[in-house]
Amino acid sequence: MKFANILGAAAIAVGSLVSGGAFAADINGAGASFPAPVYQAWAAGYKAKSGTGMNYQSIGSGGGQNQIVNRTVDFGASDAPMADDKLASNNLLQFPTVIGSVVAIVNLEGIESGQLKLSGPVLAEIYQGKITKWNDPKIAELNKGVKLPELAIVPVYRSDSSGTSFVFTSYLAAASADWKSNVGAATSVQWPTGAGAKGNEGIAGTVKNTKGAIGFVEYVYAAANKLTTTDLINKAGKAVKPTEAAFMAAASAADWKNAKNFAASMIDTAGETAWPIVSATYILLPKNPSNAAQSAEAIKFFDWAYGKEGDEIAEKLHYIALPDSVVEDVRKAWKAEVKADGKAVWTN
Amino acid sequence: MDATLGGSSADTALVTSHKPTGKISDPIFVGLLWASGIAVLLILGLIIAMLFEGGLPALREFGISFLWSTSWNPVTEKFGAGVMVFGTLLSAIIAVIVALPLSFGIAFFLTEIAPGPLRRPIGVAIQLLAAVPSIIYGMWGFFVVVPLIAAYVQPPLIEWLGPIPVLGALFQGPPLGAGMLTAGLILALMILPFITAMFVEVLESVPPMLKESAFGVGATTFEVYRNVSVPYGNTAMVGAVMLGLGRALGETMAVTFVIGNATRMSASLFAPGATIASTIANEFPEASMGSLKLQSLLQLGFILFVISFIVLALSRMLVRSKIKG
Repeated sequence: MKFANILGAAAIAVGSLVSGGAFAADINGAGASFPAPVYQAWAAGYKAKSGTGMNYQSIGSGGGQNQIVNRTVDFGASDAPMADDKLASNNLLQFPTVIGSVVAIVNLEGIESGQLKLSGPVLAEIYQGKITKWNDPKIAELNKGVKLPELAIVPVYRSDSSGTSFVFTSYLAAASADWKSNVGAATSVQWPTGAGAKGNEGIAGTVKNTKGAIGFVEYVYAAANKLTTTDLINKAGKAVKPTEAAFMAAASAADWKNAKNFAASMIDTAGETAWPIVSATYILLPKNPSNAAQSAEAIKFFDWAYGKEGDEIAEKLHYIALPDSVVEDVRKAWKAEVKADGKAVWTN
Repeated sequence: MDATLGGSSADTALVTSHKPTGKISDPIFVGLLWASGIAVLLILGLIIAMLFEGGLPALREFGISFLWSTSWNPVTEKFGAGVMVFGTLLSAIIAVIVALPLSFGIAFFLTEIAPGPLRRPIGVAIQLLAAVPSIIYGMWGFFVVVPLIAAYVQPPLIEWLGPIPVLGALFQGPPLGAGMLTAGLILALMILPFITAMFVEVLESVPPMLKESAFGVGATTFEVYRNVSVPYGNTAMVGAVMLGLGRALGETMAVTFVIGNATRMSASLFAPGATIASTIANEFPEASMGSLKLQSLLQLGFILFVISFIVLALSRMLVRSKIKG
């Protein structure tokens, strides 16, 4: 499958030329589009402070995985964690950077953000075409006192395969056994009903244009564009609003200690105040870098990003920083696992 | 244009009689020309070979039924091209059906009816339509055309035509705006300039003597058009339509925006669908190396290549037979 590699490598080569990557010390990364805004903001902040630039090509998680497997970049980025055996066979270290979440958005006359409550099983039935009207008893039961119209529900999903789809379908699979066995969770699935739109913008646009539409977008996008979001009933049976506090509650409720390769699931966690659709986004770094100096630069960059300045930048863009204990474990992993000639490339 | 590209046998004698001799620079120049010519064949051959080789594992896995299987499920890794082949052909055919009469009208207006001062602006406008990047058509389609169709076109059609048996099946589903019909309409607009330009060329090549004779015996404008101009150029016109069809088959960005992107088979023109090109655009970034998904996507690319090749070959044959005959 040389074609994909050559294409990606060419894109990165051109990208680094354009962004003035003539300095050897510049770090090159590629992958997931969801964290791209924060990575680019970090790059700007880090360049101002250290003089070292970071070129990040937002080519999608699959592309990021391919690029790092071929070692054409210093680090790859992926929304969905890479499978354990694939990490091992390619000698890669995986660690999370920031936490993001997915929210449901609706277009219903007279309904504003936070007025409508939905649950995982109901969402799964809507996206399976089993609940087709907004005044369905199952939706009405969750929303006593809200006037629901007799209007067809138009489910909208991401047409391009994306980490967002992976997170959302993982949630539906966790909430509904029926969804799990009939549709499943992946970066793209065979959606049983509805229409697909490209990117967050596509979903937001389609939902805005279509009466009775429902869609899902990253919280970062919904917050920036003030979209009409719904509340969700979490595993504890409590209705929660999509707030940064609720995402953090999910992050701290996750079982980080027992997670292999930091792939802790934050989907449908048990916390009472936790938002149910939360996920981290990941970086993939070679454990046996061919260029130790370059690898050390990449680690220095993420070490800075985990710090106070990095957190502030992430917060401004509505991303959630990792819990401190997780960051400490990541730093330990860098020291213990990223080695050149038997020596750790980065020591704090 | 086709005549010059194809070359005519009369020139060959001229070239051989002036065959360069003695100088060093000329053989080098001729060699470079040979290389440029062969390079096209080589590049095309390599693309076909690469797509086929890359997609071969998918073909081995699913067999020849990959061509018509309607499953596209990345979770269970069951892939088939049926929905996309259907969507590709249907959207392109809708585009041609819509663009063809419009092109006829514009081309005939430009060559026969339009007064001199109007001819240029309309001609330029048509050329500008061809110059608009497809992503712009996609955005315009998504933000302007889709909401209009969802609000004013689909609801009445669904209400009036939906209940009719058989025919009604074409007009079912929620008024999403995005779907096969919308994709076809946007594509029609995109291929319109190409078809029109070739029609104009064909109509201009009709000998004035023929038309004037027809007018002389009392034929109306419509009769001249129908009985003289169109029959004179009909084969070349069919070729022009085929070229338009070829372009519509491979259009990607604009279609991805407005087709609704559902890998499900549906009889309804309003239902969201997918084309080969839109599926590749949607799925390629997340298809990891060596995965069955990537192989299936490459196989899809190969199928699109073959379809386009057949359409283009047919159009060349039709155009050439007309010019030679």
